[in-house]
Amino acid sequence: MKFGVVMFPGSNCDRDTFHVLKDVLGRDTVFLWHKDHDLRGVDTVVLPGGFSYGDYLRSGAIARFSPLMQEVRAFAHRGGHVLGICNGFQILLELGLLPGAMLRNKGLKFLCEFVHIRVENARTDFTRAATKGRVLRIPIAHFDGNYYAPEGVYAGLLRTNRVVFRYSDADGRIAADANVNGSMGSIAGIINDGGNVLGLMPHPERASESLLGSEDGRVIFESLIASRIAGKRLKK
Amino acid sequence: MKVRILVSFKDSVLDPQGQTVKNALHTLGYDGVREVRQGKVFELELAGVSEEDAGKLVPEIAHKVLANPIIEKYTWQVIKD
Repeated sequence: MKFGVVMFPGSNCDRDTFHVLKDVLGRDTVFLWHKDHDLRGVDTVVLPGGFSYGDYLRSGAIARFSPLMQEVRAFAHRGGHVLGICNGFQILLELGLLPGAMLRNKGLKFLCEFVHIRVENARTDFTRAATKGRVLRIPIAHFDGNYYAPEGVYAGLLRTNRVVFRYSDADGRIAADANVNGSMGSIAGIINDGGNVLGLMPHPERASESLLGSEDGRVIFESLIASRIAGKRLKK
Repeated sequence: MKVRILVSFKDSVLDPQGQTVKNALHTLGYDGVREVRQGKVFELELAGVSEEDAGKLVPEIAHKVLANPIIEKYTWQVIKD
């Protein structure tokens, strides 16, 4: 199994993500440059956090037009796994691979802190090593993480069980004060209809070693590895 | 030809920055300000484009790039010097 971590100008979690996949989890991992047209035979593409193109225009709005992202789009349409973390999630929204958009955080502040998220759907390739209802302690670091979707789109996400993570308190309760950025339905992460593209705002790569205060983020990468080893995709 | 495009949040989308500006104006005593919506302005200089062509081109650019149609709307006009 081979991971590819995309580098845009302004990405700043690319090396952390690479480190976790390669050194912590021992998986073959390569960097993919945004100007290239070649995915170098990877099985899973990770769009890392950061500020691609300086967040100019809107977060993720310019990155979606880069040459490599056209390959990523085709790869996703073929069923390839794509994981978008933070800015990577914003890019997937702008690209249209995931529904909805991001607004400024409700308190108009950049938030950089540990939060709790609850696994809402453990029957995905990104969460199969977890259990439904498990609470993960993972940091966030974003200004535009206030998830918004038009009413019909939101209803569709609920109906098809595509909300994968919600902000919660440490005990897994969904509450207004645990919804740090004001996201609709406390949404922290969603998956596409095909079950192969997932975006989330928290940073699992920053919570994959006990030295950094939490290993809870590893379960997402381990799920992807387990999915690959099992050799089949779980139906949602 | 120069065109000016104004992008702002749809009415159905909360604009917390606009709200904050409104609250600040109220603090300063401008009680008559009922609502503030914040947006972005783009000025494009178009070469070799007729006004008729611009009528197709500008909405296409606004829809595809300048605005995110899920949360934003836009208006535009030709700027006469």
